Amino acid sequence: MIEVQHVTKRYGPTVAVDDVSFRVERGQILGFLGPNGAGKTTTMRVLTGYMPPTDGRAIIAGYDVFEEPVKAKRQTGYLPESPPLYPDMTVREYLTFVARINGIAAGDRHARVDTAMRRTSVADVADRHCGKLSKGYRQRVGLAQAILHNPGVLILDEPTAGLDPKQIIETRELIKELAGDHTIILSTHILPEVSQTCERVVIINKGRVVAEDTPDNLTGRLHGSATIHLQVDTGGADPTAALLQVPGVTGVSLGEVGSDGRGVDVHSAEGADVRRDVAGAVVSQGWGLLEIRRARLSLEEIFLQLTTTEEEEEAAETGEALPEIETGDPGATAAAGPNGPPGP
Amino acid sequence: MRNIATIAHKELRSYFVSPIAYVVVGFFAILFGYFFVANLSVMVRFSMQAGMFGMGGQSININEFMIRPLLSNTAIVLLFFLPFLTARAYAEEKKSGTIELLLTSPLSDLEIILGKFLGVLALFALMLVVTGAHMGILFWYGEPELGPMLSGYLGLLLMGASFISVGLLVSSATRNQVVAGVITFALLLLFWVLSWMADSVGPTSQAVLSYLSILEHFDDFSKGVIDTKHVTYYVSFIALGLFLTAKAVDTERWRG
Ligand SMILES: Nc1ncnc2c1ncn2[C@@H]1O[C@H](COP(=O)(O)OP(=O)(O)OP(=O)(O)O)[C@@H](O)[C@H]1O
Ligand SMILES: [Mg+2]
Repeated sequence: MIEVQHVTKRYGPTVAVDDVSFRVERGQILGFLGPNGAGKTTTMRVLTGYMPPTDGRAIIAGYDVFEEPVKAKRQTGYLPESPPLYPDMTVREYLTFVARINGIAAGDRHARVDTAMRRTSVADVADRHCGKLSKGYRQRVGLAQAILHNPGVLILDEPTAGLDPKQIIETRELIKELAGDHTIILSTHILPEVSQTCERVVIINKGRVVAEDTPDNLTGRLHGSATIHLQVDTGGADPTAALLQVPGVTGVSLGEVGSDGRGVDVHSAEGADVRRDVAGAVVSQGWGLLEIRRARLSLEEIFLQLTTTEEEEEAAETGEALPEIETGDPGATAAAGPNGPPGP
Repeated sequence: MRNIATIAHKELRSYFVSPIAYVVVGFFAILFGYFFVANLSVMVRFSMQAGMFGMGGQSININEFMIRPLLSNTAIVLLFFLPFLTARAYAEEKKSGTIELLLTSPLSDLEIILGKFLGVLALFALMLVVTGAHMGILFWYGEPELGPMLSGYLGLLLMGASFISVGLLVSSATRNQVVAGVITFALLLLFWVLSWMADSVGPTSQAVLSYLSILEHFDDFSKGVIDTKHVTYYVSFIALGLFLTAKAVDTERWRG
């Protein structure tokens, strides 16, 4: 349904996207992950026909975006990074305008606009001017605009940016619901979002695809071994020796001591679930077990892993010094923390 | 066609929800009113003098004394006003990011450009309608000829449309409205005064320069002559402006 073939995009000397290829099958949701400046927005702009690629092709529903732009665009709903609202139109006027330019017949417009507003919960601001909306509402009206004409392909650039936790969950639900008869690409900085909503993930860094897989495989592959995280109150004792006694545990690394006890990461061989035994060991020592969960890799950690290996290899090949590693936006991930999945 | 109308309607509407339409049309009406009164008093004084010197039998030609100078004045006022209307056409969409909506919607570039062109043209036509009210007074109290006035208005419309096409072109190349306005004004002024140089250059260049000058072509219209040569000039000018706008939009798209 969506095909990106060897797309390269240069802005003058800057290479924003470098030979990126991937495809999304009908009905799938693809998560497009990457740190700031990775080239996510640029790729999406090429896909939506906003700008032509320097090289390569983008195909939507069988139409080359730059050879048959009108046909391809008719199939596409696009939420740009900053929602393209006209400040002096009310939400209803704006959506009606969008319905018009998408060729929705006059008789249908009213119903379509109402449906889109209901699905994105913006009906309560229908008569407010777009310029006076809060960031979250702007984002939601932008989403309403994208789904209004019921396009086969949805391209959403950070659809949950700026939303409150409740809205984030509702938007994710909406996206999953849409996936049935729409093909979706969404970009994000937030890993839990991807594992919750997407069937496939493309990770892009500095314009290149560094990984493409299902979220589970990706986290699994990157884990290598399983890690669980503990918060224990040992009353000052060092828990390392006691934890290493537990069968299956291959390593222990100590974290900081805080008001919440001491943080400890316990590593085990892949496939072994040592949580029960570790908990038992802690309790039998008479320590307080304040928290136990399976450690999840954040996007930053995944990036660290992916980009480090890539660059170490490169450095080894060329004999250059290791360049500084770029990480994702910690703010975005931290903000999403409360909505991330609790450890299974 | 429906798409063009949708964009034109959106453009025209945006002038009226902001103060732009009221300020531009309002002050244009004030200026025109001033010119009207000024011309009228000149005409009245002249006709009184004519009466004193015993030429009272001949009535004064209102077309020559009122309408023609008024239309010429209007042409100059438009040179100042229209750049303010066109400056925002593309620049504002770029600045607010709504250009991303338009360029990724199933509209062709040409539909967007024509829609914007017609939207500004409609507001400009409204400005001309405002002047029509004053002209009505002349018909109420005097007996001017209708023909030359209408041809004068046709000239104004064509000239204004040419200004608008230049304004659209400039606006499509920047995201800054002030820059768009200033460059448009400078370009129009340049076209306007091209004929001034015509006198001091050789005969061939003279012909070329005065042919290019926007003002030269307007003169005949205000005299009541509709010459296809002049109509062709304005129509080609407009077409070229819109064509270059399409090119500029495409170039911007490549640059990103
Ligand atoms: N219009 C432009 N002109 C020049 N360079 C640009 C332009 N837009 C983007 N870039 C550059 O291209 C690269 C990729 O940018 P892009 O916006 O695609 O990143 P992104 O992955 O969307 O980042 P973010 O997560 O911050 O949204 C960056 O280095 C950026 O500086
Ligand atoms: Mg981006």
